[in-house]
Amino acid sequence: MTEILAPLVAAAREGDRQAFEELFRLTSSDTYTLAYRLMGNEDDARDVAQEAYLRAYRGISKFRGDARFTTWMYRITANCAASHLERRRRHRHEELADDAPLADRCVERDPQARADASAVRDELTVALAELPPRLRAVIVLRDIYDLPHEAIATELGITETAAKVRLHRARARLRERLYPLPGEEVAARAV
Amino acid sequence: MRCEELAGMVTASPQGVAVEDWRGRRHVESCLRCQAELARYRKLLRTLRTLRTDVFDPGPGFVADVLASLEDAGERHLLRSLLSGHKVAYVGGLALASAGAAGAMVIASRTRGRMAG
Repeated sequence: MTEILAPLVAAAREGDRQAFEELFRLTSSDTYTLAYRLMGNEDDARDVAQEAYLRAYRGISKFRGDARFTTWMYRITANCAASHLERRRRHRHEELADDAPLADRCVERDPQARADASAVRDELTVALAELPPRLRAVIVLRDIYDLPHEAIATELGITETAAKVRLHRARARLRERLYPLPGEEVAARAV
Repeated sequence: MRCEELAGMVTASPQGVAVEDWRGRRHVESCLRCQAELARYRKLLRTLRTLRTDVFDPGPGFVADVLASLEDAGERHLLRSLLSGHKVAYVGGLALASAGAAGAMVIASRTRGRMAG
């Protein structure tokens, strides 16, 4: 993929809009998927992905190319998602605290289904979507998209320490919910 | 180290899941609860990594919408660069005219001086 994108990136940096459009076509599903993971719904994900490509288009001449184009897009998408969530939070005047309780939508725990890897993935997808957005963003960017703590902190506008704390909390919540230790099952069902 | 700190010390990479801090590793070696918890974190982080291969479909209209917005942005950019190009031309013209006027005034005053002399 990198080999295909490199000449397009070079052309787009020189102002070739068609090259940028081709970059968009090749990476749009990937960027949209990240936006969906961060936002948790289709409408917001489309808005965020669209805004991310507009920002990338305006800034492509400054893209130094020392990271992969896809990684650069992930960072822009994360930044757009954070701005979007912040605007929404201010608009609704509601505090999305890190320790806000999870929605009370417990997935039935069928032992056979749990043994099935796809069932666990589905359950994880639901659990991720139900995490508070600020925790979700960090775990998605770190544990699914492999972004370093420093990049996550920069794009979300938080300190590296805060990013690590949020990651810790997000992992602990998912682990308790999906893979509870003996004695934690009752608590996991309750969240 | 306290058992609750384990989640913050677990690191994941394509090579696997490990405890990054030596104190953490030493603690896990001697703590059955943390060993069980680490095994669960391994499962969790492995499953999270599998989500990386998921691709969601943005649905019909998304590509067209973004391409249209890129076209708008491209046209605005072109218009801005044209306008800023014109601005440069206007400023250059004004500077040239001012320099010409100043030069004419200098020549006129010298001519008047010579005629008076």
